[in-house]
Amino acid sequence: MPPNPSVATLRARFGASVGRSAVILGDTIVFAAADQAHEIFTWLRDDAGERYDYLVDVTAVEYRDRELPLEVVYQLRSLPRNVDLRVKIELRKDAELVVDSVVDLWPGANWLEREVYDMFGVRFRGHPDLRRLLMWETYDEGYPLRKDFPLRGRFSRSEQVRRALAADLRAHYSLEELSIAEAYAALPADVRARLAAERGRETAGEGLG
Amino acid sequence: MAEQRVLELALATPGVDAAGRPVRIPLTVESPGAGEPDLRTDHMLINIGPQHPATHGVLRLVVELDGEVVVRVIPHIGYLHSGFEKLGEYRQYNQIIPLTDRTDYLSAPANNVAFALAAEKLMGIEITERCKVLRVIACELSRIISHLVWAGTTAIDIGAFTVFLWMFEQRERVYNLIEAWTGARLTTSLTRIGGLMADVPDGWTERLREWCRAFPKTLEEVDRMLLRNGIWLGRTQDVGVMTAAEAIAYSLSGPMLRASGVAFDVRKDQPYLGYETYDFEVPVGQHGDVYDRYLVRMEEMRQSVRILLQALDRLPDGPINASDPRVILPSKRKAMSNMESMIYHFKQVMEGVPAPAGEVYFPVENPKGELGTYLVSDGTAKPVRWRIRPPSFLNIAALPKMAEGHLLSDLIAINASVDIVMGEIDR
Repeated sequence: MPPNPSVATLRARFGASVGRSAVILGDTIVFAAADQAHEIFTWLRDDAGERYDYLVDVTAVEYRDRELPLEVVYQLRSLPRNVDLRVKIELRKDAELVVDSVVDLWPGANWLEREVYDMFGVRFRGHPDLRRLLMWETYDEGYPLRKDFPLRGRFSRSEQVRRALAADLRAHYSLEELSIAEAYAALPADVRARLAAERGRETAGEGLG
Repeated sequence: MAEQRVLELALATPGVDAAGRPVRIPLTVESPGAGEPDLRTDHMLINIGPQHPATHGVLRLVVELDGEVVVRVIPHIGYLHSGFEKLGEYRQYNQIIPLTDRTDYLSAPANNVAFALAAEKLMGIEITERCKVLRVIACELSRIISHLVWAGTTAIDIGAFTVFLWMFEQRERVYNLIEAWTGARLTTSLTRIGGLMADVPDGWTERLREWCRAFPKTLEEVDRMLLRNGIWLGRTQDVGVMTAAEAIAYSLSGPMLRASGVAFDVRKDQPYLGYETYDFEVPVGQHGDVYDRYLVRMEEMRQSVRILLQALDRLPDGPINASDPRVILPSKRKAMSNMESMIYHFKQVMEGVPAPAGEVYFPVENPKGELGTYLVSDGTAKPVRWRIRPPSFLNIAALPKMAEGHLLSDLIAINASVDIVMGEIDR
């Protein structure tokens, strides 16, 4: 199967920001530089010849080979042209894992990016509400789909039980909910401080991940 | 200044105090003075779920209300998170199939087929003609049972109980067929890489044909019950509208996307299993409201019956498994009597089937929408990454967009219309 012509036009327009490309089992894959990715996605969505208007999926892949970079994978589709394109961004694992959010281009990316953050610890710059999605907000064991995360979790079962019993149930309400309830201000000061600290650690990514 | 009055309000179920007098609650009401009564109140925060029948599973919604109007919805998911994708990285390809049962457990055979197709494309395995047709039958039966559950539970949420009983009666009949085929009702594990776990038993196709003849009558009866029902129309029309542009932007798929007027169906646009050779139509809505989602799903069930009948007509004889000793287990009798068969049996069970290094994204049209299976292999017998693109995850993510500004009771109807299954959303 010939490669998707979008790769050639991408390369003509963005030059070195577009990395290698491949056709695997009929799917065209193209690598984009992290700092140019948002511009590339905007162009892919809006250009009259491309029109990738549908974001099928956002996910990430970490390989078993620790030397290989982590990949953030975007599966795009142009509904008018019925063409699929897979765009990947490589992130070196020794640097900060951060890419630009595409929620402003495709609102459907909101939860997809939250899940990637939750499971891999990749941060999406400009995301309106980057919180954990499947795990709870105070989850402290790291990022479950990373290869260095053991299958049974980082904490022993007894430690998990101990933490569950010691947890403050109020912490299960996110700051957002507490604030719309206007109950946040009414909370005891120590609870507020602890919630803010946990929230801060979440966003600063200093969990065990 | 507003004058203070004290009213007394009778309890709906009156109690009595110690003296035997009926208890009344005093209510303080502020008179707003002349003109329109001022009904503004503070916003109220209510929590729905995770244990609530109207959330269709362990979905939790935190809703901010202004009176009865939904101002904000914050969905919380993850209560059923089982780490399937992580588990998959520790399992051989055939061992992942039981996990797929448990994602969208209302249409397990379709999930089995979706995973097998992706793994077969990755490994370059060609399946037999009979297998293809049987898989089409499995997919369309799944579509019907999933839509039956959807119609029944949605009708209950909106207040029509009879539909639930009629739909679940038909669902039982399909489950009897599936049980006769696979031995299981819910967790079928129907497929294997390169084939199926079993062929259909004798007389099964006749039973299915008989059911296909009788079933459309139920759909007609339900249509007659609901489509001239003022309550049904009032509670579904213009409720939870998504325009075509919004549906695309929010990555909706399946009946949700098509009800908004976007004619994209993976079976038509990126066909698999030979769907391009079947004669069926893709229903498309116009308004993108709860009502159109109902119409689209009802019509999809009728089209699925059409596909089933065509599949039964063309079902060829022959083997159900590809003749590839790398992936298909030899029969037990051969494995116990023939040395080569025993070696193949041992290697397959102990080492699994290695997939060549590479990756594949395989979309299929599941009842809930586009189920994508993204597999990445590094050449070993276990995938590096098994990603499920869950359709109802993306569909329910648009719930705040659909429900905000509607009444609280409409939120329940809208949530029902999305057709979620938490096993798939939380994985």
